[in-house]
Amino acid sequence: MESSGDYILETRNLTKEFKGFVAVSDVNLRVKRGTIHALIGPNGAGKTTVFNLLTRFLPVTGGAIFYRGHDITHEKPAQVARRGIVRSFQISAVFPHLTVLENVRIALQRRLGTSFHFWKSERTLEVLNDQAHELLEAVGLREFADYVTVELPYGRKRALEIATTLAMDPELMLLDEPTQGMGHEDVDRVKELIKKVAANRTVLMVEHNMHVVSDISDVITVLARGSVLAEGSYGEVSGRPEVIEAYLGTAHA
Amino acid sequence: MKRIAMGWVALVIAGLIAPFLVYPVFVMKVLCFALFACAFNLLLGYTGLLSFGHAAFLGSAGYIAGHTIKVLGFPPELGILAGTATAAVLGYVFGSLAIRRSGIYFAMITLALAQMVFFLALQMPFTGGEDGLQGVPRGMLFGVIDLRETMNMYYFVFAVFMIGFWIIYRAVHSPFGQVLKAIRENEPRAISLGYAVDKYKLLAFVLSAALSGLAGATKTLVFQLASLTDVHWHMSGEVVLMTLLGGMGTVFGPVVGAAVVMTLQNYGAEIGEWVTVLTGAIFVVCVLAFRRGIVGELAALFPVRKP
Repeated sequence: MESSGDYILETRNLTKEFKGFVAVSDVNLRVKRGTIHALIGPNGAGKTTVFNLLTRFLPVTGGAIFYRGHDITHEKPAQVARRGIVRSFQISAVFPHLTVLENVRIALQRRLGTSFHFWKSERTLEVLNDQAHELLEAVGLREFADYVTVELPYGRKRALEIATTLAMDPELMLLDEPTQGMGHEDVDRVKELIKKVAANRTVLMVEHNMHVVSDISDVITVLARGSVLAEGSYGEVSGRPEVIEAYLGTAHA
Repeated sequence: MKRIAMGWVALVIAGLIAPFLVYPVFVMKVLCFALFACAFNLLLGYTGLLSFGHAAFLGSAGYIAGHTIKVLGFPPELGILAGTATAAVLGYVFGSLAIRRSGIYFAMITLALAQMVFFLALQMPFTGGEDGLQGVPRGMLFGVIDLRETMNMYYFVFAVFMIGFWIIYRAVHSPFGQVLKAIRENEPRAISLGYAVDKYKLLAFVLSAALSGLAGATKTLVFQLASLTDVHWHMSGEVVLMTLLGGMGTVFGPVVGAAVVMTLQNYGAEIGEWVTVLTGAIFVVCVLAFRRGIVGELAALFPVRKP
Protein backbone atom coordinates (compact mmCIF):
# COMPACT_ATOMS: atom_id res chain seq x y z
CA MET A 1 0.00 0.00 0.00
CA GLU A 2 1.42 3.32 -1.03
CA SER A 3 1.22 6.19 1.43
CA SER A 4 0.94 9.09 -0.92
CA GLY A 5 2.20 11.70 1.43
CA ASP A 6 -0.07 14.13 3.12
CA TYR A 7 -3.18 13.69 1.05
CA ILE A 8 -5.69 10.99 1.95
CA LEU A 9 -8.06 11.80 -0.88
CA GLU A 10 -7.36 13.33 -4.22
CA THR A 11 -9.46 13.91 -7.30
CA ARG A 12 -8.06 14.70 -10.72
CA ASN A 13 -10.30 16.54 -13.15
CA LEU A 14 -13.34 14.94 -11.60
CA THR A 15 -16.30 15.46 -13.93
CA LYS A 16 -19.93 14.45 -13.90
CA GLU A 17 -22.25 15.07 -16.77
CA PHE A 18 -25.99 14.38 -16.71
CA LYS A 19 -27.24 14.24 -20.29
CA GLY A 20 -25.60 17.45 -21.42
CA PHE A 21 -25.67 19.19 -18.06
CA VAL A 22 -22.28 19.39 -16.41
CA ALA A 23 -22.89 19.12 -12.67
CA VAL A 24 -19.24 18.76 -11.69
CA SER A 25 -16.50 20.01 -13.93
CA ASP A 26 -12.74 19.38 -13.64
CA VAL A 27 -12.65 19.40 -9.88
CA ASN A 28 -9.21 18.88 -8.36
CA LEU A 29 -9.78 18.34 -4.71
CA ARG A 30 -7.03 17.41 -2.28
CA VAL A 31 -7.95 16.49 1.25
CA LYS A 32 -5.09 16.57 3.71
CA ARG A 33 -4.84 13.77 6.25
CA GLY A 34 -6.05 14.71 9.71
CA THR A 35 -7.87 17.89 8.73
CA ILE A 36 -11.45 19.04 8.71
CA HIS A 37 -12.09 20.06 5.15
CA ALA A 38 -15.30 21.91 4.31
CA LEU A 39 -16.95 21.95 0.94
CA ILE A 40 -19.17 24.98 0.56
CA GLY A 41 -21.03 26.72 -2.19
CA PRO A 42 -24.45 27.96 -3.18
CA ASN A 43 -27.33 25.59 -3.83
CA GLY A 44 -26.80 23.57 -6.97
CA ALA A 45 -23.03 24.06 -6.90
CA GLY A 46 -22.53 20.30 -7.08
CA LYS A 47 -21.46 19.59 -3.50
CA THR A 48 -23.68 16.59 -2.94
CA THR A 49 -22.88 15.32 -6.42
CA VAL A 50 -19.18 15.42 -5.52
CA PHE A 51 -20.02 13.39 -2.40
CA ASN A 52 -21.96 10.88 -4.44
CA LEU A 53 -19.04 10.56 -6.84
CA LEU A 54 -16.48 10.15 -4.06
CA THR A 55 -18.53 7.44 -2.37
CA ARG A 56 -19.31 5.85 -5.74
CA PHE A 57 -23.08 6.25 -5.43
CA LEU A 58 -22.89 7.89 -8.86
CA PRO A 59 -20.71 6.81 -11.77
CA VAL A 60 -17.98 9.23 -12.79
CA THR A 61 -17.98 10.54 -16.36
CA GLY A 62 -14.46 11.92 -16.33
CA GLY A 63 -11.33 12.18 -14.22
CA ALA A 64 -10.15 9.99 -11.37
CA ILE A 65 -10.41 9.57 -7.60
CA PHE A 66 -7.51 8.41 -5.47
CA TYR A 67 -7.84 7.28 -1.88
CA ARG A 68 -4.53 6.72 -0.09
CA GLY A 69 -2.93 6.46 -3.47
CA HIS A 70 -5.36 3.83 -4.79
CA ASP A 71 -7.46 4.54 -7.82
CA ILE A 72 -11.02 3.98 -6.57
CA THR A 73 -12.74 5.63 -9.52
CA HIS A 74 -14.52 2.44 -10.56
CA GLU A 75 -15.06 0.65 -7.28
CA LYS A 76 -18.46 -0.25 -5.85
CA PRO A 77 -19.96 1.87 -3.05
CA ALA A 78 -19.89 -0.91 -0.45
CA GLN A 79 -16.27 -1.63 -1.37
CA VAL A 80 -15.28 2.01 -0.90
CA ALA A 81 -17.01 1.97 2.48
CA ARG A 82 -15.01 -1.07 3.51
CA ARG A 83 -11.82 0.77 2.53
CA GLY A 84 -12.61 3.36 5.18
CA ILE A 85 -14.54 6.14 3.46
CA VAL A 86 -17.85 6.36 5.24
CA ARG A 87 -20.46 8.93 4.47
CA SER A 88 -23.54 10.38 6.06
CA PHE A 89 -26.52 11.63 4.11
CA GLN A 90 -28.27 14.96 3.79
CA ILE A 91 -31.51 13.47 5.03
CA SER A 92 -30.84 11.70 8.27
CA ALA A 93 -29.73 8.16 7.54
CA VAL A 94 -30.90 5.93 10.32
CA PHE A 95 -32.74 2.62 10.41
CA PRO A 96 -36.01 3.99 11.86
CA HIS A 97 -37.64 0.78 13.11
CA LEU A 98 -34.56 -0.68 14.71
CA THR A 99 -33.53 0.35 18.20
CA VAL A 100 -30.84 2.98 18.70
CA LEU A 101 -28.46 0.29 19.91
CA GLU A 102 -29.19 -1.91 16.89
CA ASN A 103 -28.47 1.00 14.57
CA VAL A 104 -24.93 1.26 15.84
CA ARG A 105 -24.51 -2.49 16.06
CA ILE A 106 -25.31 -2.92 12.36
CA ALA A 107 -22.17 -0.96 11.60
CA LEU A 108 -20.12 -2.98 14.08
CA GLN A 109 -21.36 -6.45 13.18
CA ARG A 110 -19.82 -6.69 9.73
CA ARG A 111 -16.43 -7.11 11.39
CA LEU A 112 -17.59 -10.30 13.12
CA GLY A 113 -17.86 -11.89 9.69
CA THR A 114 -21.16 -13.56 10.56
CA SER A 115 -23.47 -11.31 8.62
CA PHE A 116 -24.57 -14.10 6.28
CA HIS A 117 -25.10 -16.56 9.15
CA PHE A 118 -28.85 -16.94 9.12
CA TRP A 119 -28.69 -19.98 11.40
CA LYS A 120 -27.11 -18.12 14.31
CA SER A 121 -29.02 -16.32 17.02
CA GLU A 122 -28.87 -12.57 17.06
CA ARG A 123 -27.73 -12.97 20.65
CA THR A 124 -24.29 -13.65 19.20
CA LEU A 125 -24.26 -9.93 18.41
CA GLU A 126 -24.47 -9.02 22.07
CA VAL A 127 -20.68 -9.17 22.35
CA LEU A 128 -20.78 -5.85 20.50
CA ASN A 129 -23.11 -4.16 22.98
CA ASP A 130 -20.38 -2.66 25.15
CA GLN A 131 -18.71 -1.08 22.19
CA ALA A 132 -22.06 0.15 20.90
CA HIS A 133 -22.88 1.69 24.28
CA GLU A 134 -19.52 3.46 24.29
CA LEU A 135 -20.21 4.96 20.89
CA LEU A 136 -23.64 6.08 22.03
CA GLU A 137 -22.08 7.58 25.11
CA ALA A 138 -19.72 9.58 22.91
CA VAL A 139 -22.64 11.27 21.18
CA GLY A 140 -24.75 11.62 24.31
CA LEU A 141 -27.28 8.93 23.46
CA ARG A 142 -26.49 6.30 26.04
CA GLU A 143 -29.83 6.55 27.84
CA PHE A 144 -31.69 6.25 24.54
CA ALA A 145 -30.14 2.89 23.61
CA ASP A 146 -33.39 0.91 23.83
CA TYR A 147 -35.59 3.43 22.07
CA VAL A 148 -36.97 2.64 18.67
CA THR A 149 -35.09 5.15 16.54
CA VAL A 150 -38.18 6.66 14.94
CA GLU A 151 -39.10 8.06 18.36
CA LEU A 152 -35.95 10.20 18.62
CA PRO A 153 -36.07 13.94 17.91
CA TYR A 154 -34.30 15.09 14.76
CA GLY A 155 -31.09 16.34 16.35
CA ARG A 156 -30.64 13.06 18.21
CA LYS A 157 -31.10 11.13 14.99
CA ARG A 158 -28.26 13.09 13.45
CA ALA A 159 -26.13 12.30 16.49
CA LEU A 160 -27.03 8.63 16.11
CA GLU A 161 -26.00 8.80 12.49
CA ILE A 162 -22.61 10.11 13.51
CA ALA A 163 -22.27 7.35 16.10
CA THR A 164 -23.10 4.76 13.44
CA THR A 165 -20.57 6.28 11.07
CA LEU A 166 -17.96 6.29 13.84
CA ALA A 167 -18.66 2.63 14.49
CA MET A 168 -17.11 1.91 11.10
CA ASP A 169 -13.94 3.55 12.44
CA PRO A 170 -13.53 5.34 9.13
CA GLU A 171 -10.29 7.00 8.19
CA LEU A 172 -12.21 9.47 6.16
CA MET A 173 -15.66 10.66 7.22
CA LEU A 174 -17.84 12.41 4.68
CA LEU A 175 -20.59 14.40 6.34
CA ASP A 176 -23.33 15.81 4.15
CA GLU A 177 -24.77 18.85 5.94
CA PRO A 178 -24.47 17.45 9.45
CA THR A 179 -26.25 20.40 11.10
CA GLN A 180 -29.00 20.90 8.54
CA GLY A 181 -32.41 21.53 10.04
CA MET A 182 -31.13 21.75 13.62
CA GLY A 183 -31.80 24.22 16.38
CA HIS A 184 -28.93 26.28 17.91
CA GLU A 185 -28.25 23.93 20.77
CA ASP A 186 -28.08 20.88 18.54
CA VAL A 187 -25.83 22.70 16.08
CA ASP A 188 -23.31 23.46 18.80
CA ARG A 189 -23.42 19.93 20.13
CA VAL A 190 -22.86 18.42 16.71
CA LYS A 191 -20.12 20.93 15.98
CA GLU A 192 -18.25 19.93 19.13
CA LEU A 193 -18.86 16.32 18.28
CA ILE A 194 -17.33 16.66 14.82
CA LYS A 195 -14.34 18.42 16.31
CA LYS A 196 -13.95 15.64 18.83
CA VAL A 197 -14.19 12.78 16.37
CA ALA A 198 -11.89 14.52 13.89
CA ALA A 199 -9.05 14.24 16.40
CA ASN A 200 -7.73 11.05 14.86
CA ARG A 201 -9.30 10.99 11.43
CA THR A 202 -10.03 13.14 8.42
CA VAL A 203 -13.38 14.81 7.87
CA LEU A 204 -14.74 16.17 4.63
CA MET A 205 -18.05 17.92 5.09
CA VAL A 206 -20.61 19.83 3.11
CA GLU A 207 -21.98 22.53 5.37
CA HIS A 208 -24.11 25.61 5.02
CA ASN A 209 -23.80 26.95 8.52
CA MET A 210 -20.92 29.45 8.32
CA HIS A 211 -20.38 29.50 12.07
CA VAL A 212 -19.69 25.79 12.00
CA VAL A 213 -17.48 26.13 8.94
CA SER A 214 -15.42 29.03 10.30
CA ASP A 215 -15.08 27.50 13.76
CA ILE A 216 -13.86 24.05 12.97
CA SER A 217 -12.61 23.68 9.42
CA ASP A 218 -8.95 23.84 8.50
CA VAL A 219 -9.43 24.12 4.77
CA ILE A 220 -12.41 25.32 2.77
CA THR A 221 -13.11 24.62 -0.86
CA VAL A 222 -15.72 26.79 -2.51
CA LEU A 223 -17.65 25.23 -5.34
CA ALA A 224 -19.77 27.21 -7.78
CA ARG A 225 -21.52 25.80 -10.84
CA GLY A 226 -19.63 22.56 -10.54
CA SER A 227 -16.14 24.07 -10.46
CA VAL A 228 -13.72 25.04 -7.72
CA LEU A 229 -13.89 28.78 -7.20
CA ALA A 230 -11.48 29.18 -4.32
CA GLU A 231 -9.64 27.23 -1.68
CA GLY A 232 -7.93 28.10 1.58
CA SER A 233 -8.60 28.90 5.22
CA TYR A 234 -11.80 30.69 6.19
CA GLY A 235 -9.95 33.99 6.41
CA GLU A 236 -8.43 33.61 2.96
CA VAL A 237 -11.54 32.42 1.24
CA SER A 238 -14.10 34.72 2.76
CA GLY A 239 -12.18 37.81 1.62
CA ARG A 240 -12.14 36.92 -2.06
CA PRO A 241 -14.48 39.07 -4.12
CA GLU A 242 -15.55 36.23 -6.42
CA VAL A 243 -16.53 34.12 -3.41
CA ILE A 244 -18.46 36.97 -1.87
CA GLU A 245 -20.24 37.46 -5.13
CA ALA A 246 -21.05 33.82 -5.71
CA TYR A 247 -21.89 32.73 -2.26
CA LEU A 248 -21.25 34.93 0.72
CA GLY A 249 -22.66 37.97 -1.04
CA THR A 250 -25.88 38.17 0.91
CA ALA A 251 -24.39 37.28 4.28
CA HIS A 252 -21.41 39.65 4.09
CA ALA A 253 -22.73 42.48 2.03
CA MET B 1 -39.77 -11.35 23.91
CA LYS B 2 -42.27 -12.92 26.31
CA ARG B 3 -45.04 -12.29 23.85
CA ILE B 4 -43.16 -14.22 21.18
CA ALA B 5 -42.71 -17.14 23.59
CA MET B 6 -46.45 -17.12 24.29
CA GLY B 7 -47.08 -17.16 20.57
CA TRP B 8 -44.88 -20.22 20.15
CA VAL B 9 -46.64 -22.09 22.95
CA ALA B 10 -50.04 -21.22 21.52
CA LEU B 11 -48.94 -22.32 18.06
CA VAL B 12 -47.64 -25.69 19.26
CA ILE B 13 -50.75 -26.41 21.34
CA ALA B 14 -53.07 -25.37 18.53
CA GLY B 15 -51.12 -27.50 16.08
CA LEU B 16 -51.23 -30.55 18.34
CA ILE B 17 -54.95 -30.50 19.07
CA ALA B 18 -56.26 -29.03 15.81
CA PRO B 19 -56.82 -32.35 13.98
CA PHE B 20 -59.20 -33.46 16.77
CA LEU B 21 -61.31 -30.35 16.38
CA VAL B 22 -61.19 -29.65 12.66
CA TYR B 23 -61.03 -31.83 9.57
CA PRO B 24 -57.31 -32.85 9.54
CA VAL B 25 -56.80 -32.51 5.77
CA PHE B 26 -58.01 -28.94 6.02
CA VAL B 27 -55.55 -28.18 8.82
CA MET B 28 -52.76 -29.70 6.74
CA LYS B 29 -53.71 -27.43 3.87
CA VAL B 30 -53.64 -24.43 6.20
CA LEU B 31 -50.23 -25.45 7.52
CA CYS B 32 -48.78 -25.75 4.00
CA PHE B 33 -50.09 -22.33 3.03
CA ALA B 34 -49.00 -20.86 6.36
CA LEU B 35 -45.46 -22.02 5.71
CA PHE B 36 -45.67 -20.63 2.18
CA ALA B 37 -46.84 -17.25 3.49
CA CYS B 38 -44.15 -17.18 6.19
CA ALA B 39 -41.49 -17.87 3.56
CA PHE B 40 -42.93 -15.08 1.45
CA ASN B 41 -42.94 -12.77 4.46
CA LEU B 42 -39.21 -13.30 4.92
CA LEU B 43 -38.82 -11.45 1.65
CA LEU B 44 -41.65 -8.93 1.81
CA GLY B 45 -41.82 -8.21 5.51
CA TYR B 46 -38.17 -8.44 6.48
CA THR B 47 -36.26 -7.51 3.34
CA GLY B 48 -38.78 -5.21 1.71
CA LEU B 49 -38.91 -7.10 -1.60
CA LEU B 50 -42.29 -7.76 -3.22
CA SER B 51 -42.11 -10.87 -5.36
CA PHE B 52 -45.03 -11.59 -7.60
CA GLY B 53 -43.81 -14.96 -8.74
CA HIS B 54 -43.73 -17.11 -5.65
CA ALA B 55 -46.22 -19.59 -7.09
CA ALA B 56 -43.38 -20.84 -9.29
CA PHE B 57 -41.53 -22.13 -6.23
CA LEU B 58 -44.58 -23.63 -4.56
CA GLY B 59 -45.76 -25.28 -7.75
CA SER B 60 -42.51 -26.53 -9.26
CA ALA B 61 -41.45 -28.09 -5.96
CA GLY B 62 -44.82 -29.83 -5.92
CA TYR B 63 -44.29 -31.25 -9.40
CA ILE B 64 -40.74 -32.41 -8.67
CA ALA B 65 -41.76 -34.02 -5.39
CA GLY B 66 -44.73 -35.70 -7.09
CA HIS B 67 -42.67 -36.93 -10.02
CA THR B 68 -39.73 -38.24 -7.98
CA ILE B 69 -42.06 -40.08 -5.59
CA LYS B 70 -44.54 -41.43 -8.12
CA VAL B 71 -42.30 -42.21 -11.10
CA LEU B 72 -38.82 -42.55 -9.67
CA GLY B 73 -39.98 -44.25 -6.48
CA PHE B 74 -38.35 -41.83 -4.04
CA PRO B 75 -39.38 -42.19 -0.39
CA PRO B 76 -41.50 -39.22 0.75
CA GLU B 77 -38.72 -37.47 2.69
CA LEU B 78 -36.38 -37.55 -0.32
CA GLY B 79 -39.14 -36.45 -2.68
CA ILE B 80 -39.80 -33.41 -0.49
CA LEU B 81 -36.08 -32.64 -0.34
CA ALA B 82 -35.85 -32.89 -4.13
CA GLY B 83 -38.75 -30.46 -4.49
CA THR B 84 -37.23 -28.06 -1.99
CA ALA B 85 -33.84 -28.17 -3.72
CA THR B 86 -35.47 -27.47 -7.08
CA ALA B 87 -37.22 -24.43 -5.65
CA ALA B 88 -33.93 -23.23 -4.17
CA VAL B 89 -32.16 -23.48 -7.53
CA LEU B 90 -35.06 -21.78 -9.28
CA GLY B 91 -34.97 -19.11 -6.55
CA TYR B 92 -31.30 -18.53 -7.27
CA VAL B 93 -32.03 -17.99 -10.97
CA PHE B 94 -35.06 -15.74 -10.34
CA GLY B 95 -33.26 -13.85 -7.60
CA SER B 96 -30.09 -13.22 -9.59
CA LEU B 97 -32.13 -11.60 -12.33
CA ALA B 98 -34.73 -9.77 -10.27
CA ILE B 99 -32.58 -8.13 -7.58
CA ARG B 100 -30.92 -5.98 -10.22
CA ARG B 101 -34.08 -3.91 -10.14
CA SER B 102 -36.28 -2.69 -7.32
CA GLY B 103 -39.91 -1.88 -6.63
CA ILE B 104 -42.41 -2.52 -9.38
CA TYR B 105 -39.70 -3.71 -11.79
CA PHE B 106 -38.59 -6.33 -9.33
CA ALA B 107 -42.19 -7.54 -9.01
CA MET B 108 -42.66 -7.60 -12.77
CA ILE B 109 -39.49 -9.61 -13.42
CA THR B 110 -40.55 -12.22 -10.87
CA LEU B 111 -44.03 -12.33 -12.43
CA ALA B 112 -42.63 -12.77 -15.94
CA LEU B 113 -40.30 -15.57 -14.86
CA ALA B 114 -43.12 -17.29 -12.99
CA GLN B 115 -45.29 -17.14 -16.10
CA MET B 116 -42.53 -18.95 -17.95
CA VAL B 117 -42.58 -21.65 -15.30
CA PHE B 118 -46.36 -21.86 -15.64
CA PHE B 119 -46.03 -22.33 -19.39
CA LEU B 120 -43.45 -25.08 -18.91
CA ALA B 121 -45.71 -26.80 -16.38
CA LEU B 122 -48.54 -26.68 -18.90
CA GLN B 123 -46.44 -28.07 -21.74
CA MET B 124 -44.07 -30.59 -20.24
CA PRO B 125 -45.34 -34.17 -20.40
CA PHE B 126 -44.41 -35.22 -16.84
CA THR B 127 -46.66 -32.64 -15.21
CA GLY B 128 -49.83 -34.01 -16.77
CA GLY B 129 -50.73 -30.54 -18.11
CA GLU B 130 -54.34 -29.60 -17.39
CA ASP B 131 -54.97 -32.87 -15.54
CA GLY B 132 -52.11 -32.41 -13.14
CA LEU B 133 -49.86 -35.04 -11.68
CA GLN B 134 -52.27 -37.38 -9.94
CA GLY B 135 -52.07 -40.39 -7.67
CA VAL B 136 -48.83 -39.58 -5.86
CA PRO B 137 -48.45 -42.28 -3.19
CA ARG B 138 -47.80 -41.00 0.31
CA GLY B 139 -45.61 -43.97 1.13
CA MET B 140 -43.66 -44.76 4.26
CA LEU B 141 -41.77 -41.95 6.00
CA PHE B 142 -38.17 -43.07 6.70
CA GLY B 143 -39.44 -46.52 5.77
CA VAL B 144 -41.33 -46.93 9.05
CA ILE B 145 -44.16 -44.43 9.41
CA ASP B 146 -47.18 -45.11 7.24
CA LEU B 147 -48.29 -41.77 5.87
CA ARG B 148 -51.52 -43.22 4.50
CA GLU B 149 -52.77 -42.92 8.05
CA THR B 150 -54.27 -39.43 8.23
CA MET B 151 -52.98 -38.72 11.73
CA ASN B 152 -49.43 -39.80 10.85
CA MET B 153 -49.57 -37.58 7.81
CA TYR B 154 -50.92 -34.74 9.89
CA TYR B 155 -48.16 -34.81 12.49
CA PHE B 156 -45.57 -35.13 9.77
CA VAL B 157 -46.94 -32.00 8.07
CA PHE B 158 -47.05 -30.24 11.42
CA ALA B 159 -43.40 -31.19 12.05
CA VAL B 160 -42.39 -29.91 8.59
CA PHE B 161 -44.24 -26.69 9.25
CA MET B 162 -42.60 -26.20 12.63
CA ILE B 163 -39.13 -26.82 11.18
CA GLY B 164 -39.74 -24.38 8.33
CA PHE B 165 -41.28 -21.84 10.67
CA TRP B 166 -38.35 -22.16 13.05
CA ILE B 167 -35.82 -21.67 10.23
CA ILE B 168 -37.60 -18.48 9.20
CA TYR B 169 -37.83 -17.28 12.78
CA ARG B 170 -34.15 -17.95 13.28
CA ALA B 171 -33.16 -16.25 10.02
CA VAL B 172 -35.15 -13.16 10.97
CA HIS B 173 -33.50 -13.06 14.39
CA SER B 174 -29.95 -13.70 13.23
CA PRO B 175 -27.01 -11.49 12.31
CA PHE B 176 -28.17 -11.98 8.72
CA GLY B 177 -31.70 -10.95 9.67
CA GLN B 178 -30.34 -7.73 11.18
CA VAL B 179 -28.74 -6.83 7.88
CA LEU B 180 -31.96 -7.66 6.01
CA LYS B 181 -33.91 -5.31 8.27
CA ALA B 182 -31.28 -2.63 7.74
CA ILE B 183 -31.70 -3.01 3.97
CA ARG B 184 -35.46 -2.82 4.31
CA GLU B 185 -35.21 0.30 6.46
CA ASN B 186 -32.60 2.24 4.51
CA GLU B 187 -30.79 0.60 1.64
CA PRO B 188 -28.34 3.42 0.76
CA ARG B 189 -27.29 3.61 4.39
CA ALA B 190 -26.70 -0.15 4.51
CA ILE B 191 -24.48 0.22 1.43
CA SER B 192 -22.60 3.10 3.01
CA LEU B 193 -21.87 0.84 5.99
CA GLY B 194 -20.09 -1.55 3.64
CA TYR B 195 -22.78 -4.13 2.99
CA ALA B 196 -22.96 -5.53 -0.54
CA VAL B 197 -26.76 -5.53 -0.32
CA ASP B 198 -27.40 -7.58 -3.47
CA LYS B 199 -25.76 -10.62 -1.95
CA TYR B 200 -27.95 -10.38 1.13
CA LYS B 201 -31.07 -9.96 -0.97
CA LEU B 202 -30.13 -12.95 -3.06
CA LEU B 203 -29.63 -15.19 -0.04
CA ALA B 204 -32.97 -14.03 1.37
CA PHE B 205 -34.60 -14.78 -1.97
CA VAL B 206 -33.13 -18.28 -2.16
CA LEU B 207 -34.16 -19.06 1.44
CA SER B 208 -37.66 -17.80 0.76
CA ALA B 209 -37.92 -19.81 -2.46
CA ALA B 210 -36.59 -22.99 -0.84
CA LEU B 211 -39.06 -22.79 2.05
CA SER B 212 -41.91 -22.05 -0.36
CA GLY B 213 -40.79 -25.18 -2.17
CA LEU B 214 -40.86 -27.13 1.08
CA ALA B 215 -44.46 -26.04 1.52
CA GLY B 216 -45.37 -26.96 -2.06
CA ALA B 217 -43.71 -30.39 -1.94
CA THR B 218 -45.43 -31.22 1.35
CA LYS B 219 -48.75 -30.08 -0.05
CA THR B 220 -48.34 -32.49 -2.98
CA LEU B 221 -47.92 -35.33 -0.55
CA VAL B 222 -51.00 -34.30 1.42
CA PHE B 223 -53.30 -34.16 -1.59
CA GLN B 224 -51.38 -36.77 -3.59
CA LEU B 225 -51.62 -34.30 -6.43
CA ALA B 226 -49.60 -31.54 -8.07
CA SER B 227 -51.63 -29.25 -10.28
CA LEU B 228 -51.48 -26.05 -12.32
CA THR B 229 -53.31 -24.15 -9.57
CA ASP B 230 -50.11 -23.99 -7.56
CA VAL B 231 -48.02 -22.47 -10.37
CA HIS B 232 -50.73 -20.10 -11.52
CA TRP B 233 -50.24 -16.38 -10.87
CA HIS B 234 -53.42 -16.40 -8.77
CA MET B 235 -51.38 -18.25 -6.21
CA SER B 236 -48.66 -15.56 -6.27
CA GLY B 237 -51.38 -13.02 -5.54
CA GLU B 238 -52.98 -15.12 -2.85
CA VAL B 239 -49.79 -15.31 -0.83
CA VAL B 240 -49.50 -11.51 -0.92
CA LEU B 241 -53.07 -11.38 0.38
CA MET B 242 -52.40 -13.85 3.20
CA THR B 243 -49.26 -12.00 4.29
CA LEU B 244 -50.82 -8.54 4.25
CA LEU B 245 -54.02 -9.72 5.91
CA GLY B 246 -52.14 -11.41 8.74
CA GLY B 247 -49.53 -8.69 9.09
CA MET B 248 -46.32 -8.44 7.07
CA GLY B 249 -43.12 -8.19 9.02
CA THR B 250 -44.67 -9.98 11.99
CA VAL B 251 -43.64 -13.48 13.02
CA PHE B 252 -47.11 -14.99 13.33
CA GLY B 253 -49.05 -12.77 10.93
CA PRO B 254 -48.72 -14.93 7.81
CA VAL B 255 -49.90 -17.99 9.75
CA VAL B 256 -53.05 -16.15 10.82
CA GLY B 257 -53.50 -14.71 7.33
CA ALA B 258 -53.22 -18.14 5.71
CA ALA B 259 -55.73 -19.59 8.19
CA VAL B 260 -58.23 -16.81 7.53
CA VAL B 261 -57.97 -16.98 3.74
CA MET B 262 -58.18 -20.78 3.70
CA THR B 263 -61.15 -20.81 6.07
CA LEU B 264 -62.94 -18.29 3.89
CA GLN B 265 -62.28 -20.32 0.78
CA ASN B 266 -63.21 -23.61 2.37
CA TYR B 267 -66.27 -22.74 4.37
CA GLY B 268 -67.30 -19.93 2.09
CA ALA B 269 -67.44 -22.32 -0.83
CA GLU B 270 -71.20 -22.63 -0.31
CA ILE B 271 -71.68 -19.15 -1.63
CA GLY B 272 -69.83 -20.15 -4.77
CA GLU B 273 -67.86 -17.65 -6.81
CA TRP B 274 -68.90 -14.89 -4.44
CA VAL B 275 -66.20 -16.00 -2.06
CA THR B 276 -63.69 -14.24 -4.34
CA VAL B 277 -65.64 -11.02 -3.93
CA LEU B 278 -65.76 -11.53 -0.18
CA THR B 279 -62.00 -12.13 0.07
CA GLY B 280 -61.42 -9.10 -2.14
CA ALA B 281 -63.65 -6.94 0.05
CA ILE B 282 -61.88 -8.09 3.22
CA PHE B 283 -58.56 -7.36 1.60
CA VAL B 284 -59.60 -3.82 0.66
CA VAL B 285 -60.91 -3.13 4.16
CA CYS B 286 -57.73 -4.53 5.63
CA VAL B 287 -55.44 -2.40 3.47
CA LEU B 288 -57.51 0.75 4.02
CA ALA B 289 -58.26 0.44 7.72
CA PHE B 290 -55.85 -2.09 9.26
CA ARG B 291 -52.68 -1.64 7.34
CA ARG B 292 -50.59 -3.56 9.83
CA GLY B 293 -52.73 -6.67 9.33
CA ILE B 294 -54.47 -8.71 12.01
CA VAL B 295 -51.40 -9.56 14.07
CA GLY B 296 -49.79 -6.17 13.46
CA GLU B 297 -52.88 -4.34 14.71
CA LEU B 298 -53.13 -6.57 17.78
CA ALA B 299 -49.48 -5.96 18.57
CA ALA B 300 -50.06 -2.19 18.24
CA LEU B 301 -53.04 -2.42 20.61
CA PHE B 302 -50.89 -3.96 23.32
CA PRO B 303 -47.49 -2.33 22.91
CA VAL B 304 -44.46 -3.60 24.76
CA ARG B 305 -43.46 -0.79 27.12
CA LYS B 306 -40.07 0.73 26.51
CA PRO B 307 -38.05 1.97 29.49
